[in-house]
Parts: sequence; C-alpha cells; structure tokens
Amino acid sequence: MEKLNIEKLYEMARQLRRDVIKMLVISKSGHSGGPIGLAEIFSALYFNVLNIDPKNPKWVERDYFFLSAGHLAPVWYTALARAGYFPLDELATLRKLHSRLQGHPAPAHTHGAPGIEVASGSLGQGLSIAVGCALGLRLDAKKNRVYVLLGDGELNEGQIWEAAMTAAHHRVSNLTAIVDRNDCQIDNYTHVVMNLEPLVDKWKAFGWNVIECNGHSIEEFLDSVEKSKQCKDKPSVIIAKTFMGNNISFMHNNYKWHGVPPNEEQARQALSELSPTSFGDFIKFDWENN
Amino acid sequence: MAKYKLKEMKATRLGFGEALVEIGHQNPNLVVIGADVTGSVRTDLFKNAFPERFFSVGIAEQDMIGTAAGLAVAGKVPVASTYGEFATGRPYDQIRQSVAYSKLNVKICASHCGITVGPDGATHQALEDIALMRVLPNMIVLSPSDYIEAKKMIKAVINYNGPAYVRFFRDNTPVFNDENAPFEIGKSIELIDGNDVTIIACGIQVWESILAAEELSTEGVSVRVINMHTIKPIDKNGIIKAAKETGAIVTAEDHQIHGGLGSAVAEVLTQNYPVPQEFVAIKDKFGESGNGIELMKYYGISKDGIVDAVKKVLRRKSTEKMELKYEK
Repeated sequence: MEKLNIEKLYEMARQLRRDVIKMLVISKSGHSGGPIGLAEIFSALYFNVLNIDPKNPKWVERDYFFLSAGHLAPVWYTALARAGYFPLDELATLRKLHSRLQGHPAPAHTHGAPGIEVASGSLGQGLSIAVGCALGLRLDAKKNRVYVLLGDGELNEGQIWEAAMTAAHHRVSNLTAIVDRNDCQIDNYTHVVMNLEPLVDKWKAFGWNVIECNGHSIEEFLDSVEKSKQCKDKPSVIIAKTFMGNNISFMHNNYKWHGVPPNEEQARQALSELSPTSFGDFIKFDWENN
Repeated sequence: MAKYKLKEMKATRLGFGEALVEIGHQNPNLVVIGADVTGSVRTDLFKNAFPERFFSVGIAEQDMIGTAAGLAVAGKVPVASTYGEFATGRPYDQIRQSVAYSKLNVKICASHCGITVGPDGATHQALEDIALMRVLPNMIVLSPSDYIEAKKMIKAVINYNGPAYVRFFRDNTPVFNDENAPFEIGKSIELIDGNDVTIIACGIQVWESILAAEELSTEGVSVRVINMHTIKPIDKNGIIKAAKETGAIVTAEDHQIHGGLGSAVAEVLTQNYPVPQEFVAIKDKFGESGNGIELMKYYGISKDGIVDAVKKVLRRKSTEKMELKYEK
C-alpha cells in the first residue's frame, strides 16, 4: 500500500475526525472522545506504518494490528474504510442491526469487519493476544510485525501486567505496544480513578523498551515506531500523550466525552472546527449547507 | 451382554500428554502454553520433546488464554492447559471474548477436573467447568472415559478447526476401551445394549455405569450404557433413540447437577421425546478433601449411586405409564 507523506497524514487525521463525528451523529450511540484523540495515530498506522494489503486482509506478509481497547472502534473503522478494507458508505451503519461495524469490534470471520482479527471490548485482553501472535510469527521466522493499541484506563486490568511479564520473559521484540495516554476514563481522569504513575518506570521495571511521544505529532509518532523496530532484545511500548477529543473545543481533555455521541448541534460545531479535506466526506447531511 | 475387562489403571491426563507428543511429531503447528503445573497436567512431556514450541506464561491463566488466541491468529494450533478450575473459571471472560466469540482455533485442555481430584479440596475440584464451557456459542466440550479414549479424543480435537474444551482427570482410572474402536466428535458410543433403561455417562462415570449395568443384570434388569464423550455438540439422535427404545434415562457425571451432561441430555429429551430421567451428579454442593474413590461414594456418583438412580427411574417409568393409562 502506498504511504502518505506527513502533510497528507495530517489531512487524513482531520478526515478521520470528521468521519468519526459523522458516524456517531448517525448512530446516536458510541464513543467520541477517545477515537477523536487518536486520529493522528490511526492515520500514521494505516497510511504509513503498517505493511498491509486492504484488498487482501489475510495477506500472509501483513503486519498485525490489535485494538485492545475495543470501544475506540469508530476511529479504527474509519481508518479501515479509508484504507480500502470496505466501502466508505458502510460507515453509516455503525452499531446498526446486521452491520459489520459492531459497537465493539468483531473479527471478519464472524460477523465483523475486514481487517479485524479478534474481538475486543472487554478490556485488558489485547496485549496477551499480541504477544501470542508475535511468538507464533517468531517461531516461523517471519518478518511481520505486531502492533497493539491499549487505552491508559485499560492498564488497570491485571491481565495487561501478566502479558507485560510474558512479553519481556520471552524477549518478544517483534511487537510494538502503544498506550493512548489521555489520562481519561469513563468515570473521571485516570489519576482520580486509579493512579498509573510512574507509568514509564512501571513498564521499564517490567522489562520493556519505553518510548514517550506526543501522540498528536505524526513526526514524533513515526520516529517512535522506528525506534521500537530498532530494539531487538525487548518488547517496546510507545506511551503516546494525547488529549481526549483533541481539536474539538468542547470535547478537548474532557473525560465526560468518553462514551457519548455528539448531537446534531454539537456535530455541526465540531465539523466547523475541522475544515473539509481533499479526501471528501463519506456522507453529506442536509443541514451542512445551512 | 457385552463384557468389559479392566485392562489396567492409568490417568486420562497421561493419555493427553502422550498424545500431544505423538501429534507434535506430525503437526509442526502444534504449540502448548503452560501456566506452571506442567508436570501435573502432563504437558511436561511435550515441553521436553519440543521446547521451542512450548511457551510458559507463569501462573497467569488469563494471559494463557490470550496468548493462545494470539498464537491461533498467527496460524498455530495452541493447546492451553492447567487445572480445570483455573482453565475455565479464572479466565472465563478471556475464553468468552478472545476465543469463543472470536471463533479462534484454541484448545483448552484441563486436567484435575471433578471431585476425584480429592485431597486438594473444593478450591481445586472443578465441578462447574462443563456448564461454563457448554453455554458458550462456538465452543465444543468433550471428556474421555479412559486413557485410551483420551488419546483418540485429543487427536480428533487437534484436527477439528475451532474452539474446544477437553476435560481430563488426575487419578489413575480403569482402562477398558478398545484401542481400535472408531472415535468421532459428537457421536456417542453404545457400550452395552439393553431394553429397560439407558445410562448416559461421561468421564469416569462411564466405567462406573458399566459396573452398575453388570450388577443390575444379575437382578434381571436390561441396562443400556452409552458413553457420551462429547457433551457439546450432544448426540441428539443417540439420546432420542435410547429414550424411544428403553423409555427411561439415567445420566452420570463427576460435575454439578446444574448445567452439565445431565442438563444437556434433559434439554434434548424435553424438546423431542420426554421420558423419566434421573441425574447422578454433585447435588449443588462444593466438595471437600478426601480420596477420589471415597468422595465419589460419599457424593453418590459411583456405581452404587448409579444403581440407585436406575431403580428409581424404573419405578417412575412404571408408575408414569400406569398414570398415563388411567388418564386414558
């Protein structure tokens, strides 16, 4: 798949945000803040980092991506559709009966969308899966790399730290974990619900190569991914500092936007703050011209 | 009446461990994940034979299931194994989401199931595992009746593509099956023919049922014995045939009365051909320490408990027939 340059990646990130807003205003249900905050990371992953063939999702040479925090599905679905895994107009079916875009992701071989390998939604399970996949690929001396995205609230789950030990014990270096460090979870800021700090020290103590970056800087994120690939004796984790609802004024760094969709008026406001892109929207609402 | 000879005493878990090594030589994609206790569940045999294909996750059953799911995504055939309680109860949500709902080719093979785990007591006696696994869509559930069947079963399960749960036992138990008899997932085996009543059993209770049938035959009761090694998908036709031909059913298992083999059989009977059924199972209680044989007797799931259940179901069969005549 052709890689986009930095300028286009930022433009794609803006388009992913517009898509998420439109999907959610149609579905009237779903998570806004986290997906909006991950637009740069998903743009970078699907249009630069991942070695994938969207027309052939099971391509044997593919890189594997797992979304452990399944509620972030809306931004994943937009990235998958924009990359060509399924038609753009399918984005309008999010959370509807018989849609492949389930409220939380399901794999393509069940009733889910192409590009998805394992279900997620119940938190804390994706890192173990990524480690298992990386071990399997290493056993066959394959070059495919494994990526997994974790929410920071999700790090409350004990299984994450079980998997962190397993990855380090087996020196799984064909794996890059990404932590969406937005300090927000459904009830409140993460430091209020369950303190995670010192987070960098925790991962280091568990035997990981830790890379910190600004998750809204595509240059920094791409550089961090490169650094993770250079590490050959440990698993790597990128702790990406992000803001929930970034680039939308009323959502910015507001944990109350974890699990709710925008209404029409809020969607109108959000879209006015995200100028249209050359990629084009997947749908145009009647009220957009007014 | 067919006679079954007790050939020797050997554990089903050993059959599992030995079969893994045999399959490992033929199938390079077979991998095993261990959560400690490999010597107990006999995956140590595979670990020693194929160290590069064995992955230790430590005492971390939730991670074991997730790691297995990931290995399956990468095209491997992973076997995740520990004690029955920790293989099913502890990582239940991981099995539900990452294996069953995700429909991945993961084999969860648990040893130390049932009350016969014995001295370790209730914490280690998996008595709810069949129920837990049976309610999950996409999951199949099997339990062998002896060492020989354990080997055949694990080979069939590895060849099957999809999530599977297999339940083994710790103790050395009677070996009686025919090495050359065919084994097919979902196809029950009629071990003894009979006309008056049918005992449908799984696991160790299959041998206990054979003993019960032999004892009852001396009293003139003709007992059919069916080895229901696959609890899901259950052999519906085999159950309906037995109900039609014998008119009374006893189920026997080393598991809670709710949700296990007995419930699975009852679901088929009530929807297709209702006949009286008695349940030989643990009666909604936690176990306690003791040796396996004395616990089986105490909780009423050995030969004597099965004989009593047969007599009870035969009384119901005759009175319910009379009541039916009276109503007409």
